[in-house]
Amino acid sequence: MDSLSSFLNMGGYAGFVWPSFGISVLVLVVLLVASLRSLNAREATLAQLQGGATKASRREATREA
Amino acid sequence: MHRFANPNRFMRLSQRAVPWFAALTVVLLGTGLYMALFASPADYQQGETVRIMYVHVPSAWMAMFCYSSMAAAAAIGLIWKHPLADLAAKATAPIGACFTFLALLTGSLWGKPMWGAWWVWDARLTSVLVLFFLYLGYIALNNAFDDPARGAKASSILVLVGFVNVPIIKFSVDWWNTLHQPASIVRMEGPAIHPSMLWPLLVMAAGFTTYYLWVLLLRMRGEIVAGKIRALRLRQVHG
Repeated sequence: MDSLSSFLNMGGYAGFVWPSFGISVLVLVVLLVASLRSLNAREATLAQLQGGATKASRREATREA
Repeated sequence: MHRFANPNRFMRLSQRAVPWFAALTVVLLGTGLYMALFASPADYQQGETVRIMYVHVPSAWMAMFCYSSMAAAAAIGLIWKHPLADLAAKATAPIGACFTFLALLTGSLWGKPMWGAWWVWDARLTSVLVLFFLYLGYIALNNAFDDPARGAKASSILVLVGFVNVPIIKFSVDWWNTLHQPASIVRMEGPAIHPSMLWPLLVMAAGFTTYYLWVLLLRMRGEIVAGKIRALRLRQVHG
């Protein structure tokens, strides 16, 4: 356990080293997740619009017939 | 539909490339973090704080690399009206802004124990802060227009004018007497850093680069889908 606590202590600089790594990981993960979610949401909207468009044109076609 | 011919090919290729960049990023950053936190030695002067270098330096490199890529894409978009170039610039901006933010933040966390100050108005730090504001300005200007093409044009000009800042950042440590140390990796005499620290740094930098390409492709795909949504809605409105 001694080696773990000395590792976590980072020679007394834990308050500087760990936030550097922690915030870097956090920022990169948040940006990645935001990019993925926005892409998925837009793809869903597009599928809905395209699906809606085909349905609407089909309805129109039946009405015309 | 010929306008979408090129983006369609991009959509096919990027779909195949995304999983590869994702896997490379996970492997490189996993290895890089292990090397940076466990396998590399502490510095004889800076002690354990030297480990901050493994996130600080790659972030700063990527901040400059993303801006240079944006400037190249903006120029291609302005001159050849390449439809993907404007999207690449727009997709890069938030990634570059994040890297610049991380370079400033980790630099501050490194500066406090080693220099005794969170921040100094030295030429390197100030020019990187200007870079951060250029990213924010680009994002704001790009979104300020209803017509995406006009937003792309105005913000592309801003990026190209702001590119003058990139050589200023690079050479600030040589031109002015800065508290920030001069280059120790990319220099004529070869790297002034021991391989036990150089390797983790290079692996982390490679991981940051593949991360950038991964998120860039995701965001460009998002922009293309958004363009298709806009076109469909316009067609519905105008019948």
